[in-house]
Amino acid sequence: MSDVLLETRNLVIKFGGVTAADNVSLKIHAGHNLAIIGPNGAGKTTFLNICTGWIKPSQGQVLFEGEDITPLPPRKIVQRGVARAFQIPQLFTEHTALENLLIAVSARDHLRNPLMDMHAIPERDEMLHLLDMVGCADAADTVVVELAEGQRKLIDVAVALALKPKLLLLDEPTSGVASSEKHAIMEILIGALKEADVTSVFVEHDMGIVDRYADEVAVWNSGDVQLRGTPAEILEHPDVIRDVIGEGV
Amino acid sequence: MNLAIFLLALFDGVAYAALVFIVALGLTLIFGVMRILNVAHGSLYAIGAYASVSLTGYALSLGFAPVLAFPLMIVSAVLVGILIGAPLEKFLLRRIYDKSEVLQLLMTFAVFMILEDVQRLVWGTRPYFDSSALQVLGNVTVFGVTYTAYQMILLPLIAVALLLGMRFFLRHTVTGKLITATTEDREAAQSIGVDADKVFLFTFVIGAILAGLGGALASPTTSILPGMGADMIVLSFAVVATAGLGQIEGAALTALMIGLGRSFAVYLYPEISVLVPYLIMVLVLLVRPEGLFGTPGARKI
Amino acid sequence: MTTTTEQSKVNARMKNPLFLLWIIGILAIAAVPFAMPSLQLLVSFAMAKGLGVLGVTVLLRAGQVSFGHALYFGISAYAGAFLMASMPGTDFVIVMIAGTLGAVLAGLLVGLFVVRYRGIFFGMLNLAFSMIFWSILEKFYHYTGGADGIRLPRPTVLGNTLDHVQFELVLFYTAMVLMVALGWFTTRWFASPIGQLFQTIKTNETRLEYLGVSPRRALLSGYLLSAALCGVGGVMMGMAQGVVTPEYVWWVRSAEMVFIAVLGGAGSVQGAFLGALIYEFVRTYASVYAGDIWQMILGGFLLIIILFAPGGLIAILNSLFNRGSGKGGTGK
Repeated sequence: MSDVLLETRNLVIKFGGVTAADNVSLKIHAGHNLAIIGPNGAGKTTFLNICTGWIKPSQGQVLFEGEDITPLPPRKIVQRGVARAFQIPQLFTEHTALENLLIAVSARDHLRNPLMDMHAIPERDEMLHLLDMVGCADAADTVVVELAEGQRKLIDVAVALALKPKLLLLDEPTSGVASSEKHAIMEILIGALKEADVTSVFVEHDMGIVDRYADEVAVWNSGDVQLRGTPAEILEHPDVIRDVIGEGV
Repeated sequence: MNLAIFLLALFDGVAYAALVFIVALGLTLIFGVMRILNVAHGSLYAIGAYASVSLTGYALSLGFAPVLAFPLMIVSAVLVGILIGAPLEKFLLRRIYDKSEVLQLLMTFAVFMILEDVQRLVWGTRPYFDSSALQVLGNVTVFGVTYTAYQMILLPLIAVALLLGMRFFLRHTVTGKLITATTEDREAAQSIGVDADKVFLFTFVIGAILAGLGGALASPTTSILPGMGADMIVLSFAVVATAGLGQIEGAALTALMIGLGRSFAVYLYPEISVLVPYLIMVLVLLVRPEGLFGTPGARKI
Repeated sequence: MTTTTEQSKVNARMKNPLFLLWIIGILAIAAVPFAMPSLQLLVSFAMAKGLGVLGVTVLLRAGQVSFGHALYFGISAYAGAFLMASMPGTDFVIVMIAGTLGAVLAGLLVGLFVVRYRGIFFGMLNLAFSMIFWSILEKFYHYTGGADGIRLPRPTVLGNTLDHVQFELVLFYTAMVLMVALGWFTTRWFASPIGQLFQTIKTNETRLEYLGVSPRRALLSGYLLSAALCGVGGVMMGMAQGVVTPEYVWWVRSAEMVFIAVLGGAGSVQGAFLGALIYEFVRTYASVYAGDIWQMILGGFLLIIILFAPGGLIAILNSLFNRGSGKGGTGK
């Protein structure tokens, strides 16, 4: 049994009369890829928001590597090794794709020298390679605002990867990507994550992706994790077929 | 501080707050709906004052009774709103709604600069003064303190009437609800057929009329000089920012705070009287960064 | 052809015809004391103001406008004046350092507070602080000289006491060197990792936070730079005029700086100085020949820029010299 990387204990989050998470206790083990599935509005993105400190829970705790990170702001959680890709890509729209990655890398290491050109940092080639990995090499010098949604999603993931996190949270990483490319991208992504020993949690609606790339699946419904198991177990479960998969057909 | 001084400071503060509120109401309305901070608002205030004095002076010279000053104030305000406000929105601001907030603000600043010189060209630099309206209403004595009825009663009354009227208008009339809808979600409102252009024009003109009205109402109480627009705009900004952008009730409260704060400072510690609006703004925003009644805009991810 | 604005490519393109123009411009300025001595003081003022505008420009790159940056211009000038009053005969470099340090210190104190805000609130709070300082300057005249201000007598230069003609010459060339050096430094800073992080505040603070960076800290770094730049300009202006008054921090001065920044080209280093130069010229000559309506002229000018050339004079120059290159006026 590998180490518990991220753990939530009795998380409760309520806002405006809606219970978005109710007594969620979840453990995520290092080295695994966990898929989170569930109907829309079930609280999956909210869960990611809480894990990264964007929202504070009404009750309960979030622990990362055993440390209570519940009161911390997102930037401190990121500093501890968590990175995130968003449902709607969060990028620096007036910078190019490559610059977005260079900025991500610079955020950790290169703040000392005010005269250094960011384009001259040693990690530049590595970032170009990263862009290539997500299939966006030709977008390197294009300003993000001019890129299509699909490419933006991929670059958003690349930015998260550039931080070399221990835990990567991906919110619908392949939505907006052409279906012919989804598997190819995920293949590369999961491969890169395994190689770098990065644990990932991804919210997904595409069950094919879930089946193929997840080590474990957690089913979200009405603010809580209802079920947990291997893809084989979960995707055959009658409740899941009724509540989750049935939707997508 | 004895009772007389206290009451004087109180009346001064309330009268001043009433004027500031009327101007700030227009400013915050425009900001709430159009997200533009209108620097030219100060000029509209000043021109409202000048116009009112000129019209009243003209009427008096023709032999009309001084009580005519009151309707003429309204006339001045409406003229300012329609003759200056409407073209400003329609021909200038409308062209740059898609541009950054900074540019929009700078455009209103450019108009402000132009209007400052227009004032100088039309009315010169000498002070104007016409207190006929004050005299019409006479004085009132309260606890041994004599004060003009105009400032003590009429101004606050008008301010309260405008506050309640604006609330009613925005919440209970069709036009008002259209404006509120456009404020909250412009695209949604447009998709159900609301003509956003008309809403914006209407709002801006109302805001401009309020500025002009503030000036017209202020004119009997003070000497009208070049630069009064500039003073008022900085003050109204402070009120609007402290209250929370687009917050109407908040603007009333803040105007009162700032008006009273300033007038008590004038009587107690004159050195800091100019500072008071800014100090209040800084202190409030320190504790509540979005203004007293502002709503924090959390980014949705 | 996809429009791309990869930074070094833009720089390379700009370096060609436009770079030549800047070189010519700087040489022309260098020649002013000899070729057109009557303009010397005006150009000195323009360069000092330009540094102030550069401070505002830095913040514009993060999408923020400060309506109170005259505060730093003034604090620096007053710091210099106080220094000269308490230690007469100080060297002018020391005066400049003192002024700039004063501005940076004020920038830190105010900055720690204002970086919590954005947009209009940021702009207005800066305004509030500058007006608070203005009130202090006006009211406490025992210390500050009130509305009349205090004199800033001529400092020494490398141990020598100069007459006013010599000193103005020294000041002129110092300003010119500082303009070039600080302009260069600022351009490099914008391209550096910390400068790039600073500029992301304009587009996506959420992502910045999710990179592990404090947006407030990032904004503060640029804010301190902007206060320093303003400070250098302010103390130079003080030395050039020989007297510092509360007018230095009056809100109209702050608005003027924003005006010039947009006139020159919001976010452009060269634009800050070009704008300041043109503004000083128009203001001086317009107020002589059209005294009553110079504000109207400037206002009209600004309107035209906003409506037809929102990238400012720099964008106009860019499009003249780089036809067909796509986007211009981002002032990189």
